[in-house]
Amino acid sequence: MAYSEQEILTGLAEIVSEETGLPTDSVSPEKSFTDDLDIDSLSMMTIVTLAEEKFSVRIPDDEVKNLTTVGDAVSYINGAQG
Amino acid sequence: MGLLDGKKLLVTGVLTDSSIAFHVARLAQSEGAEVVLTSFGRQMRLTQAIAKRLPEPAPVVELDATSSEDLEALADRVREHTGHLDGVVHSIGFAPQSVMGGNFLAGEWPDVATAVQVSAFSLKALTVAAQPLMVRGSAVVGLTFDARYAWPVYDWMGVAKAAFESTARYLARDLGPEGIRVNLVSAGPVRTTAAKSIPGFEAMEGGWPERAPLGWDVRDPEPTARAVAALLSDWFPATTGEIVHVDGGFHAMGL
Repeated sequence: MAYSEQEILTGLAEIVSEETGLPTDSVSPEKSFTDDLDIDSLSMMTIVTLAEEKFSVRIPDDEVKNLTTVGDAVSYINGAQG
Repeated sequence: MGLLDGKKLLVTGVLTDSSIAFHVARLAQSEGAEVVLTSFGRQMRLTQAIAKRLPEPAPVVELDATSSEDLEALADRVREHTGHLDGVVHSIGFAPQSVMGGNFLAGEWPDVATAVQVSAFSLKALTVAAQPLMVRGSAVVGLTFDARYAWPVYDWMGVAKAAFESTARYLARDLGPEGIRVNLVSAGPVRTTAAKSIPGFEAMEGGWPERAPLGWDVRDPEPTARAVAALLSDWFPATTGEIVHVDGGFHAMGL
């Protein structure tokens, strides 16, 4: 079953919120993980791993550095769904 | 029949599925072992998620190897999952960025002390904490990076590894009479999360694949994991205080 972009955004926001304590509605597509959400490399690895589990996708390490914003991650996960 | 059938192992240092320790745990399970992992603090959620990717989901117990409280509680925490241990894998290391990456001469003692405590003293601390659960014939295996030499960018982490290697020899001396072996695997550079955190890590890879007579793949943790599994097994019954090089033969070449 494929997730819609909106479902991915909602699910990702929950994961980010659990990791950072930020409210889910602050996790919007235009936000930068590092600059706006202040997410460090350990938190980013955790978020990526939990997102991989939730959406049954793989996000290679080399891709993670290209995921600047929440929207980038949503698009990548959407495209990676089998 | 697996190499590690029925063995109960404590494996530290699983952070991601690129961690050498992850591959040790995976191989150990596929060779018949039961595995308990450790993690701590903010890393715990990541380790717990990664633990589900093992052939058998493994329990994760809290252990900050620099926390005397965690060390004292370790045996009881592990006992919730297994009554004894046949092996402990040490895959713990940390140095502040200020003492790696070409900052050797600028290194200040508090940061160097952190590197030595987390990366070297932790072998003694972990082993002693786990000792109440360890039976005769059990093994401690740790991971080093050949500390006889000065490497690019490794700096005070290299000094900490020298202390680590020495710590392993003293542990071998003192635990031999208890029937506990202590050995290290000196691996070539592997691109793990820990390695990528070393500023300029690529400089340490330099020439390795070309100079090693067997070649060397920096993306492949399997040879290192296999050697750890072998040292955990019953097939090195009279080996302790040893460092096994798993580096494609790099260490044996002059040029």
